Amino acid sequence: MTTTTATELGALLDRVRAGREFGANVYSTLDVLQVLYDRVLRITPATVDDPDRDRFLLSKGHAVAGYYALLAARGFVPPEWLDDQGGPASRLGDHPDRTLVPGVEIGSGSLGHGLGLGVGTALGLRAQGRTEPRVYVLLGDAELDEGSNHEAIAYAGATGLGNLTAIVLDNRSATYGWPGGAASRFTVNGWSAATVDGRDHDALHAALTGHDDHRPHVVVAVVTDGE
Amino acid sequence: MSSTMRDAFVTSTEEVLADPRTTVVLADISAAAFEPAAARYPDRVINVGIREQLMVGVAGGLALTGQRPIVHSYAPFLVERAYEQIKLDLDHQGVGAVLVGIGGSYDRAEAGRTHLGPADVALIDTLHGWTVHVPGHPDEVRPLLRDVVCGQDSAYLRLSIRANARAYPEAGDLRVVRDAGPGAALLVAVGPVLDAALAATADRSVTVAYTHRPRPFDTAGLRALAGTEVMVVEPYLAGTSARVVSEALADRPHRLLSLGVGREDLRRYGSAEDHERWHGLDAAGLRRSVDTFLG
Repeated sequence: MTTTTATELGALLDRVRAGREFGANVYSTLDVLQVLYDRVLRITPATVDDPDRDRFLLSKGHAVAGYYALLAARGFVPPEWLDDQGGPASRLGDHPDRTLVPGVEIGSGSLGHGLGLGVGTALGLRAQGRTEPRVYVLLGDAELDEGSNHEAIAYAGATGLGNLTAIVLDNRSATYGWPGGAASRFTVNGWSAATVDGRDHDALHAALTGHDDHRPHVVVAVVTDGE
Repeated sequence: MSSTMRDAFVTSTEEVLADPRTTVVLADISAAAFEPAAARYPDRVINVGIREQLMVGVAGGLALTGQRPIVHSYAPFLVERAYEQIKLDLDHQGVGAVLVGIGGSYDRAEAGRTHLGPADVALIDTLHGWTVHVPGHPDEVRPLLRDVVCGQDSAYLRLSIRANARAYPEAGDLRVVRDAGPGAALLVAVGPVLDAALAATADRSVTVAYTHRPRPFDTAGLRALAGTEVMVVEPYLAGTSARVVSEALADRPHRLLSLGVGREDLRRYGSAEDHERWHGLDAAGLRRSVDTFLG
C-alpha cells in the first residue's frame, strides 16, 4: 500500500487551514486517519460505490480538516477543493455531507449519530451475506457523553456484531472524563478492546486489525500531547 | 378482514419480508407479534431493545447499504423521541425508511400524557418529501404498506385503534363520500375521523371528502372540490394541514376551519372515545364546530 507522508498531508492541511488556527481535535485525529487510509481500509476512489468496500464513518464530524486533507491525498477529492473549504460554492463544509463529497460515508456534525448508523450498516452487510467488508466508526471521547452511543455499544456487544470497529480518539476532552478508561464502557458490554498511543502508527495498526470477528472491537487511541 | 390495524401491519409485513431488501427494526414494541417472522428471517427482523435513537440510526445504516427498513414503535417514541435521528440519520443521509407508528393521539388514553402522540404528523411535516398515510380502516393498511415499502423515499404510516365502519382502499387523492352539489361547503376528513364527520353533517349541505394520505396532500383535488367554505378534520394536532390547504387555495377567497386534537395536556385518562369527545372530535363536537363556522 502507498502511504501518505506527513509532509504531503501537512501541505494539504495548510490549504484547508488557510491561515486559521486548528484546535486539538484536528491534529489529534491525523495519525489514526493516516493509518486507516494507508494500511487498513479497503477502499479507493474507484470503489466508493462498491457494496463490498470497507466503510469508514467519521462520527466526530468536526474533525474534518484532516479528513478532507486525507481524502485529497488519497485521490477521493481534487486538492483544489481544499482551497475554498467552507465557501459558498464549496462541497467541503465544517461538517461533511456524504451527498457532496466522494468517499464520505455519512453526513455528521451533531454528535452521537455515527455509531448507530455504523451498527445499521454492519447489520445491512450481514443481511446481504457480505462477510468481507468491515465498518469502522471514529468517535471522540467527549462525543461518548451522548447517550445514543451507549444504546449502540450495549446492543452491538449483546448481539456480537463482529464486523464493527469503533475507534475512540481520546484527547481527554470529555468534561467529566471516563474514569477507568473509555474502553471499559465497551468491554463491559462484551467488546474486545485495545488502548494505544494515538501517535504510534504501528501500535494503531496492530490495534485496528486486532478484531476477532465474533464480537465488536474498539480501539481507544490516546492523544495527550499537542492539545 | 384483519381485526386491528396493528394485526394488518404485522401480517402485511410478513409478506413484504419475502423481498430480501426488507428489514424490520423494532424497539421491543410488537416484538412478540413479530417472533414468527424473526424466526424465519433472523437477519432481517431486528429488535434493538428499548432504544429508539438506535432503532432509527440502525434504519439509516441499513438504508445506506441498500436495505429497505420498516421501523415501528409507539408514535411518541418513534417520532418525538427519535426526531433528530429521523432528520439526520435518514433525511440528511439522503436515504429513506418506512416508519409505522401506533398509539398516535389518544389511542393509549389510559396510559396518560407520556403515551399520547398528537404531534407526530406535524413533526414529520417539518421534513421534506415524506409521504404520510393515515388509514381509516384495518383493510386499508396492507395496500398502503406494500406501496410505500416498494418505494425508496420515506413514509410514515400512522395506525390507530379508531376506525371507520368501512374501508376506502383507494383514497390517497380526495375521494368524495357525500356530494352536496356545486357551491356546497367542503369537509375533508383524514383517516378514522370520517364516520364522525359524516354523522355530524348528515343533515347539512356539506360535501364530505375522505383521504388517508395527508402528505402529499391532494391539492388538485382540493381545488376541484373547494368553494369558499373549507373544513379539515384530522385525528392529530389541529391545524397540521392548515399550511398546505391555505397554500393550495391562496389565490381564492376562502374560509378555513381546522379541527383536530388540542395542544393542552388535559391530565385525564379514560378511553380514546373520551378524549375524542373532550377534543370535540366526536359527532356532536364536530357538529357544534361546523354549525358555528357555517352559521
